[in-house]
Amino acid sequence: MKILVTAKRVVDANVNVRVLSDNSGVDINNVKMAVNPFDEIAIEEAVRIREAGNAEEVVVASIGPTQCKEQIRTALALGADRGIFVETDADIQPLAVAKLLKALVDKENPDLIILGKQAIDGDNIQTGQMLAALAGLPQATFASEILLADGEATVTREIDGGMETITVKTPAVITADLRLNEPRYASLPNIMKAKKKSIDTYTPEELGVDVTPRLTTLKVEPPSDRQAGVIVADVEELVDKLKNEAKVI
Amino acid sequence: MALDKETLNQLLDSVSKFVDNRLKPLESQVAQEDRIPDEVVEEMKAMGLFGLTIPERYGGLGLSMADEIQVVQVLGHTSPAFRSVFGTNVGIGSQSIIIDGTEEQKNHYLPRMATGEIIGSFCLTEPDAGSDAASLKMSAVKDGDDYLLNGTKRFITNAPQANLFTVFARTNPEEKGSRGISAFLVDADTAGISVGPAYRKMGQQGAHVADVMFDDVRVPAANIVGAKENVGFKTAMKVLDRGRLHISALSVGIAERLIADSLKYAMQRKQFGQPIAEFQLIQAMLADSQTEMYAASCMVADAAKRRDAGENVAALAASCKLFATEMVGRVADRAVQIHGGAGYIEDYGIERFYRDVRLFRIYEGTSQIQQMVIARDMIRNASNIN
Repeated sequence: MKILVTAKRVVDANVNVRVLSDNSGVDINNVKMAVNPFDEIAIEEAVRIREAGNAEEVVVASIGPTQCKEQIRTALALGADRGIFVETDADIQPLAVAKLLKALVDKENPDLIILGKQAIDGDNIQTGQMLAALAGLPQATFASEILLADGEATVTREIDGGMETITVKTPAVITADLRLNEPRYASLPNIMKAKKKSIDTYTPEELGVDVTPRLTTLKVEPPSDRQAGVIVADVEELVDKLKNEAKVI
Repeated sequence: MALDKETLNQLLDSVSKFVDNRLKPLESQVAQEDRIPDEVVEEMKAMGLFGLTIPERYGGLGLSMADEIQVVQVLGHTSPAFRSVFGTNVGIGSQSIIIDGTEEQKNHYLPRMATGEIIGSFCLTEPDAGSDAASLKMSAVKDGDDYLLNGTKRFITNAPQANLFTVFARTNPEEKGSRGISAFLVDADTAGISVGPAYRKMGQQGAHVADVMFDDVRVPAANIVGAKENVGFKTAMKVLDRGRLHISALSVGIAERLIADSLKYAMQRKQFGQPIAEFQLIQAMLADSQTEMYAASCMVADAAKRRDAGENVAALAASCKLFATEMVGRVADRAVQIHGGAGYIEDYGIERFYRDVRLFRIYEGTSQIQQMVIARDMIRNASNIN
């Protein structure tokens, strides 16, 4: 079995980003970048499936500027076997990512595709779903557990109000939620070995995909500052304030 | 071999994540229990931390000195007791073999030291001999193809955990000075070896130090490092050069941690209606710590680079250790001062670092020994010119 996973390059989760003064986006100059944490969970799951003897190869893909190779290397150090890098400096939106991944699925014919449920930069939560639709594959999103058997994946999904367990035929697209696993730390010998693993590079043109943006960002603004709280005397006052001031109950 | 920048950054990133997410939350527990949890030691093995400096062909990472100090600096962001677990394998416990060992000795020990299967320990100090090699009493008397080792080694780091001791003993009793000393590789389970109870120390709980007693311990002559008698003290000095740069880098890392903690506290803690970081007297302490840390960091980087280029860095390593360890002592003292009452309270961890870093000015050569090494080097150079 072959598993395709993704490693999106995003701002490190510990960095406090600042909005650019012209409100066109956030400032990512000299900011620490990392693999999208949900992708890291997807990579970890794929590696665990292979380590359990249920897959032979884990292929990791990343799309974007040349620095994305760093994230591919990280994924290779975490245990992926081979990398695919789609190089483009264009502003890549979820539909374009899904189309590029569809092209890679056609090339690689993976038996399973695991992606992060969302990337922590755009928080769009669209790529996995779009990919499944474009590739005509079943989808199981927000997975907190994946069990594989006989050409099927039984996936526990984290949904509003509880858990849902579904079965999908493989090949399928699965998106990883936070509780699927806890990713390992890349071991230092594996980081060294990752240098020797191969990375194939393509451009969107070579894959026959038009990545022209369909959406225009009008304005990016920081969230408003949190207001200071007040200490209430008792529960009655709290209920009163929630009802009449905050008007939330 | 020096790593390319991208690989080094990944290495540092992975170690940094491990330090922040795994080790930092355990600092207080380790100090209280005087014990590093077994699963953490296993994770350190899986991370490859035991093999940082062991050459790649023996299963390690073979980091250059310049790369090693960067990794060690990141490890300095948490309690030094954690580093001590694999510190001897990276430094004094393995370097004798790496620097002067025979090919057989390297093949026999290094691959298992790189994985952490073998913990190495360095036995130089004795009850009556430390830096003064002339007083070394431990004897090694030839008996057929073997030597019989007798004597006591004191304050031996990682002795309770060690599987392999590098033991410095006098093979030539006629020679009173540093000549006449040989370095032996001795398996810890050899008959006649006993390890004393771990000492109760001022700091660095979780890292264990004990005496090791040798009573007619039979060691094959083939186990002399490099299979060469009477050159053990030279080996020890070469090992300590690298160790001194390692300790210097660790001091820089801990200083970074203490400065970060102090800055955070100073920006939050309010007195007279404003954060204490706004007060110039607090700012002076922060700035002094930052400046001294930066100076030490530059010194260590320079010495490491020069060692990698093949220069003899004995005096430079001594300068680095002298300055960096004294620096972290001052930084720790200021960190307590900036934290005020909180700095004296266990919960904040600052007093723990204050006690932990005190050791750096003492072991692997006290500050005063470093001063001697530096001054003697100066005098020697000046005499050569005239």
